[in-house]
Amino acid sequence: MSNTNKSDEKIVVTNLHKYFEDNEVLKGVDAVIHEGEVVCVIGPSGSGKSTFLRCLNKLEELTSGKIIVDGYDITDKKVNINKVRENIGMVFQQFNLFPNMTVKKNIMMAPVELKKMKPLEAEKKAMQLLERVGLADKASAYPGELSGGQQQRVAIARALAMNPDIMLFDEPTSALDPEMVGEVLDVMKELAKEGMTMVVVTHEMGFAREVSDRVLFMADGGIKEEGTPEQIFGNPQNERTQDFLKKVL
Amino acid sequence: MDFSRVFNEAMPLLLDGLKLTALVSLASIAIGMIIGLFICLMKMSKNVVPRAIAGVYIWIIRGTPMLVQALIIFLGVPQLIQVVIPSFRFDAVTAGIITLSLNAGAYLAEIYRGGIMAVPKGQSEAARSLGLSKSKTMRKVILPQAFKFSVPSLVNQFIITIKDTSILTVIGMAEVVNKAQQYVGSTFVYFETYSIVALMYLAIISLLMLLSNHIEKKLKYEGKK
Repeated sequence: MSNTNKSDEKIVVTNLHKYFEDNEVLKGVDAVIHEGEVVCVIGPSGSGKSTFLRCLNKLEELTSGKIIVDGYDITDKKVNINKVRENIGMVFQQFNLFPNMTVKKNIMMAPVELKKMKPLEAEKKAMQLLERVGLADKASAYPGELSGGQQQRVAIARALAMNPDIMLFDEPTSALDPEMVGEVLDVMKELAKEGMTMVVVTHEMGFAREVSDRVLFMADGGIKEEGTPEQIFGNPQNERTQDFLKKVL
Repeated sequence: MDFSRVFNEAMPLLLDGLKLTALVSLASIAIGMIIGLFICLMKMSKNVVPRAIAGVYIWIIRGTPMLVQALIIFLGVPQLIQVVIPSFRFDAVTAGIITLSLNAGAYLAEIYRGGIMAVPKGQSEAARSLGLSKSKTMRKVILPQAFKFSVPSLVNQFIITIKDTSILTVIGMAEVVNKAQQYVGSTFVYFETYSIVALMYLAIISLLMLLSNHIEKKLKYEGKK
């Protein structure tokens, strides 16, 4: 997808800087994510990939720069970030399911609390989502009773319950046993096929190559190279990209 | 040994005192839990003013004996208020409940704070990323989990509060120890009377411990992992 039509820009990041105390982790990042696009962010550890992703829904307060999501400037203090976040689902490396709620309650919580749905309607929606991630039989289980892969699929269902039109994935398979990576990636592939706008920080090069429309390579707090998976994996131009891919592939 | 005599003569008196002990304990724990929650949230606030107020409050309560606090509240504070309202007085029960609640509140605030900090950061991040506000995240996601982490320390504080009611005998609050003192003052049967009082505390606190075991079991949700 190489459409640069302004109106389909879902996320526009301009000159993003982020410091942790004196440590500059993002050194002026510019990026545009288009509607329906699947963008994978790859790069070595400590390159700022996760921080970049977490700035997109303001879980991380940026130091300077501008981020526009769905037309809202989330760096503007007057914009209600909670409202914007309802439209951005996020999936974490550590799943972060609520351990004191059943699987179904985990998914129903936000839609009910934020008054988007009546409990009965939210329950129906939760069951549909569980069906979709193949876990309808686990509706009344607690997260602690599920495997890592199952927990992550529930976490995806929970993020989808608010009907977001953007999904952020922060290394969603890094905490999983190898045999469970596939089931989570399969759910993500389905989402991608359905046209969800996705930004995925990942170490799964196979997934990045197969599913993404565009790959961003990050190193040292900046995007060093970007392009189609064919370009990045087949014919990387930047020395850092070549070096990184040589090590991981 | 003359337990039967004490049973016959003093039991109505002691049970009367025990009722007040239980009542004052319950009231102080309930009020203390609410004070504790507010102080805890103030202490965790981003704003320096509430944080400082909570810090000073905890510092004073923890740094002074409850006996002295009780004397200040029962005898000292009314003197100050009498400057404006000459007829003002606290009765011993009111002063006692105020002292115990303020005391429990300070310790409970720290217990809650410990519980809240024990909830992994990912929990609030997950709730916030769904669009929940800070306060909703606190109420719906963090506090229920923090409560579970706090149960053993909460019960410990409840036990301390129940036992601390006995200190309030110095301000003349007619709880069980006070009643016992009245009785031994004229009969001099110290061992039997105070042993019975000790057993009464033991009974109440054993009940509380049974209850807390039950609650802890009920709050277990972690399943297999």
